Amino acid sequence: MKPSPFEYRAPATLREAVDLLASDPEATVIAGGQSLMPVLAFRLAAPSLLVDLRRVPGLGDIVIGGSGVRLGARVRWRDIEDDARLGVAHPLLREAVAHVAHYQIRNRGTVGGSLAHADPAAELPGIAVTCDAEITLVGAAGARTIAAGEFFTGALSTLREPDEIITELHLPSWSADRRWAFREFAQRQGDFALAGIALFYDEDRHGRVRDAHVGVIGACQRPHRLPEVETVLNGHPVGEGLIREAAAIAAQVVDPPDDLHAGAAYRRALVATLVERGLRAAAQAGGA
Amino acid sequence: MRVTFELNGKPVAVDVEPRLHLADCLRDELRLTGTHLGCEHGVCGTCTVIVDGDAVRSCLMLAVQAEGSMVVTVEGLSSDEALTPLQTAFRKHHALQCGFCTPGMLTTAHALLTDEPDADADRIRSALSGNLCRCTGYIPIVEAVLEARAAYKKSDRS
Repeated sequence: MKPSPFEYRAPATLREAVDLLASDPEATVIAGGQSLMPVLAFRLAAPSLLVDLRRVPGLGDIVIGGSGVRLGARVRWRDIEDDARLGVAHPLLREAVAHVAHYQIRNRGTVGGSLAHADPAAELPGIAVTCDAEITLVGAAGARTIAAGEFFTGALSTLREPDEIITELHLPSWSADRRWAFREFAQRQGDFALAGIALFYDEDRHGRVRDAHVGVIGACQRPHRLPEVETVLNGHPVGEGLIREAAAIAAQVVDPPDDLHAGAAYRRALVATLVERGLRAAAQAGGA
Repeated sequence: MRVTFELNGKPVAVDVEPRLHLADCLRDELRLTGTHLGCEHGVCGTCTVIVDGDAVRSCLMLAVQAEGSMVVTVEGLSSDEALTPLQTAFRKHHALQCGFCTPGMLTTAHALLTDEPDADADRIRSALSGNLCRCTGYIPIVEAVLEARAAYKKSDRS
């Protein structure tokens, strides 16, 4: 349970951090370390150098403006929980983050770390994908922005190059009367979800669904939206019949893993139940 | 690597390998063995310490990352004269049996009540959900933390 030896640097600027990463192909970024430290303890990774972002300025900000919410890579779960503005600016984000791990881990775990680690059951990647968010990275070749829907390529896999550092997650602006829900099922509080659903939609003046977004975590290799479910919702008022139809389609279109934590059939059933509960909650209360 | 931080109110400087996690640094280098180590991969919670006011798992943090921080361990929560209100409440409610998880329970509860002296039972259970106890069944621990709230409200006013 002890990591292999490595060098450690805590550069004072982003440029310096990128240069360090570029200088050593075996180097890895650490911020909160809440995913990386267990990986190092199990020696699933043995980097030669850890580049700590703790001194890099400007990565810890939550900026809320007309274009949405910008989360710096070093923003912690705790910071999101404590920022009351997000209750209005992005209630879905806040609700999802309340499910992340445990109290102590939420005090150190970061936005950038969760995105880079890309666990298929992690809440933030699911929110990023569901909300059409964009992820900004800075590397030796400069900065680039990638749509969250493309960023996650598989379990623990992303489009991030080894010399790139995630600097920001940008969630598009949220409309006040939007209906939304986040639901996940884990065997114990704080565990990784066996399945989870994030969803939101707007309504036209006749109460019909407009622009439905439904995303899945846990019951998948990577977080992704469920376009078939969104299509069946769009243009109709949410009622019990539609909720059941959407849930049944969701169970069909997901491709869940079959592992020691839960079988694929069980995860499909969970997805259906969570879609059902999420849609019902969204329709009744406008969220939560 | 040389790392300097404040430990239970006193400055410390220690030479460590970068790979040494904070819990091993506290126990093996600084000889404060009140912080226990169970799983060493962020599951059991018994290594919880308070860094800059926040409860964190010291097995999921490198000692070198503590540079410039204020670290409080379970030793920093007690005094030689008398039991603290949190200790008194744990004793009264039999909130420990074997005691292995207790340092993590105390540091977590202290950080929580310092921030949120009005935390209700649900909030306390949620905050303690990352701390495993195999003896008590948790009920007496939650009762002890609920009772200790009064002392944190008082110190809040003073």
